[in-house]
Amino acid sequence: MMRVTRRYRFAASHRLHSEHLSEEQNRDLYGKCNNPYGHGHDYTLEVTVAGPRDRDSGLVAPIASLDRLVFEQVLQDFDHRYFNVDVPEFAKLVPTSENIIRVIENRLKARWQTVFPNGRPRLEAIRLQETKRNRFESSKAGVTDEGE
Amino acid sequence: MRITRRAEFSASHVCCQPSLTLEQNRELYGAAANPSGHGHNYILEVTLEGEPDPVTGMIFDLKKLKDIIQQSVIEPMDHRFLNFEVPPFDKVVPTVENVAAEIWERLRAKIDGGGARLENVRLYETDDLYVDYTGDPS
Repeated sequence: MMRVTRRYRFAASHRLHSEHLSEEQNRDLYGKCNNPYGHGHDYTLEVTVAGPRDRDSGLVAPIASLDRLVFEQVLQDFDHRYFNVDVPEFAKLVPTSENIIRVIENRLKARWQTVFPNGRPRLEAIRLQETKRNRFESSKAGVTDEGE
Repeated sequence: MRITRRAEFSASHVCCQPSLTLEQNRELYGAAANPSGHGHNYILEVTLEGEPDPVTGMIFDLKKLKDIIQQSVIEPMDHRFLNFEVPPFDKVVPTVENVAAEIWERLRAKIDGGGARLENVRLYETDDLYVDYTGDPS
């Protein structure tokens, strides 16, 4: 199998706070991440696509097409934003890295067929690094947390 | 059990199909289609899988692996213009996918057997773009 991985970066802030929990429970669960005004990270996003190489072009996917899709669906809305306030999906959804990956996956899939007809390449995995010590991955196996 | 050996080479390439216009090539390959070519510091990670030999305690002799990578990949490709100097890239577009597949073919016959098999070839063209190839063209 040929898998192509492209790495992107964005800076954003978030606050982890669940409306289903009390103030005290939120503080206990999320610790510093529950501080009221939020805080930020330099996120690293990896998008892996997989499929056969086109015989003529030698490409699994034109990288410019993938870059444009990721920019339009993710980076332009996420970069230098406050997730809880600026990104509609997080009005009620806690912007943990797990949930951010789910939102990225939904946003990419919403336009995948338009950009990549015939399902080639397929979206294979999404990896999100919040800091150098925490990496999350969503693949066919689901989200895995590889943190320390 | 897996072992991974890393190597580096620097090479130039241009990605374009002679049958397409410059504009069409730029749409497919971006700046990589610029006609005079450009270069990268490629990083290669070769992963072997197998069971350690009960006598040597090794899946594969790493010194031997280093020599195979050196002779098959680094010597022919390092500080070369892939399109002009490294067949089949006179006929095949040297995308990172195709270079990884060519490296796979060069290494596989020399590694498979003796308890180890080539499991993955990872090739970084830049920090932000890499491919993994496991030999299955699908």
